[in-house]
Amino acid sequence: MLNTGTPLVEMTDISISFGGIRAVDHASIDLHAGEVVGLLGHNGAGKSTLIKILSGAYKRDAGDIRINGEAATINNPRDAKAYGIETIYQQLAVADNVDAAANLFLGREMVTSLGTLDDAAMESKAREVMGRLNPNFRRFKEPVKALSGGQRQSVAIARAILFNARILIMDEPTAALGPQETAQVGELIKQLKSEGIGIFLISHDIHDVFDLADRVVVMKNGQVVGQAKTSDVTKDEVLGMIIMGKVPPGAEPGPGAIQG
Amino acid sequence: MAEPRAMTSTTHPSQMVQNPFQRFLIATEIDTRLLGMIGALAIIWVGFNFFSGGLFLTPRNLWNLSVQTASVAVMVTGMVLVIVTRNIDLSVGSILGVVGMVMGVMQTQILPVQLGLGLGHPLIWVLSLATGLAVGVGIGALQGTIIAYLRVPAFIVTLGGYLVWRGAAWWVTAGRTVAPMDSTFQLMGGGPTGAIGSFWSWVVAVVACAAIVVGIYFGRRQRQRFNFPLRPVWAEVSLAVIGCGATIAAVWVANAYPWPVRIAENFAEANGITVPEGGLFISHGIAIPVLIAVGVGVVMTFLATRTRFGRYVYAMGGNPEAAELAGINTRWVTVKIFMLMGALCAIAAAISTARLNAATNALGTLDELYVIAAAVIGGTSLAGGVGTIAGALLGAVVMQSLQSGMVLMGIDSPLQSIVVGIVLVFAVWLDTLYRRNKH
Repeated sequence: MLNTGTPLVEMTDISISFGGIRAVDHASIDLHAGEVVGLLGHNGAGKSTLIKILSGAYKRDAGDIRINGEAATINNPRDAKAYGIETIYQQLAVADNVDAAANLFLGREMVTSLGTLDDAAMESKAREVMGRLNPNFRRFKEPVKALSGGQRQSVAIARAILFNARILIMDEPTAALGPQETAQVGELIKQLKSEGIGIFLISHDIHDVFDLADRVVVMKNGQVVGQAKTSDVTKDEVLGMIIMGKVPPGAEPGPGAIQG
Repeated sequence: MAEPRAMTSTTHPSQMVQNPFQRFLIATEIDTRLLGMIGALAIIWVGFNFFSGGLFLTPRNLWNLSVQTASVAVMVTGMVLVIVTRNIDLSVGSILGVVGMVMGVMQTQILPVQLGLGLGHPLIWVLSLATGLAVGVGIGALQGTIIAYLRVPAFIVTLGGYLVWRGAAWWVTAGRTVAPMDSTFQLMGGGPTGAIGSFWSWVVAVVACAAIVVGIYFGRRQRQRFNFPLRPVWAEVSLAVIGCGATIAAVWVANAYPWPVRIAENFAEANGITVPEGGLFISHGIAIPVLIAVGVGVVMTFLATRTRFGRYVYAMGGNPEAAELAGINTRWVTVKIFMLMGALCAIAAAISTARLNAATNALGTLDELYVIAAAVIGGTSLAGGVGTIAGALLGAVVMQSLQSGMVLMGIDSPLQSIVVGIVLVFAVWLDTLYRRNKH
């Protein structure tokens, strides 16, 4: 094993099918506190599907999920959030027509003693969190629809860290961003990692994640090809795993590895 | 570092604009779209007044207009939420019909005769209304459940409901009209007795003005507490003056419409009042159905803007998947919206049956189209996520103004439909232009 101690997340033998197609086939993956794991693979390799099972968007057909060593029941996004699992989705899952504060608190609004929305308190907290994340952000009163891709992404990230997530899932977190914003997200990931948060980074582009991740897991055709510490392998070797399913000596092969 | 941030966060954007009108708009944070609608309504009113030879802008016509709008106005507040979540409800007219029949039968047969309360018992109107509300909510829950949990499109479910509930309305009494309504129940329909009179109208005006001022004051204090940009004081004062002025003007108009001479004379005779020279002037005051509609508007605005439920409705409309992923139970919210719509149909049914003093199985026919049209004219987008209760209420007033204005001008009813149809399409086109220019 590459890490010792009880993993924060342990997904074992996860399978899910859609209309006869095995999107994820007996995949196992784990994540430790303060660790960044890059989940790599082509489009359609099953990485997003696997991670959506963890975040509660899909229900698995088979397999176990353990959080802190204990069996976890995750049937919907609410369950996942209860375990401290926060997800930032590829397609920027923000509600377009409400403002940043409303998005940050969506589903967990602050209310006054009368049970009504405490918009002022939420906006104040939103200003605080966004100020830490993206000090140039000013457009608190506008619907998120009016914001740029980077601004929307910072809203999505702020939303995830606002509620003290222990496990953060980022699906193509920098796909919609420019170079400067990508660098910002990179800094943010390092900061969150130092706070002991476990992070899954999902990408089809190895350059996005290789420098940020401690470990990479490669998937192909719904199966795990193998995993490796980023210090033990080169980018080219990982690329070989992604494209051909060939596991280099520094990596630990999985069920999807080409034999021999 | 803290210094410039504090500066920018407390400067109101209105201080950067020179043009006084624009500056006024930004400072007061008035919705320009709503302002445009008020302008359109003003043009319609003045136009009709001119072409009808001064008949439109009279206290009598405006009072009647307000009563005629009440039923659709109540329903449109719910339709906004339905459309905002990318659904539609084609069954509201039929639900109104069946609920009206149920309430009619309750107060003419079941309660007074079969349960032996006797005609005119003070509990009859409450129990009838409660039954109607229960039926309305039940129908809404059924339709909402099919839409949310069985995933049948709302268009289909409520199209089915349109036929089913209209048929059910007929079945309640095998097509027979039920009349007359309980005398207390009738008050919900308006008329000389179904209005609260000048004294209580002024009380309502004072309470409403106080609420406006207190609301503005607390809004300002809340912004101060969190160091948010404040509106300039003159803008706050203008808002208060405009709000209170409109309230007082509306109440003044309602009070300027006296009871008909004959009814006033009968009233004087019954109460031993001597009729002064030039006739007895007894004000109608605000009609009870109008009071109900305004109350519903206030409650629904509160629900839509100040509660979690309302927040979820708008979030779902903007991006249903994001709302679901954020952990919102979108299905249950959908069911609640349709239950609310059913309850509002029941209130509208009470107003309609009380006003007609009869329940007929044709009651509410075509109402679904007027309600949807009012919501859309009021700025509710069929693409979802956008729409306000206040706008929809204004839309209802615009629709009713067009209709009663054309009646006053003596325009044939087929031509009336043609005009309303054209206005609907034109209004939505204008709205599309407005939204395109805004971004």
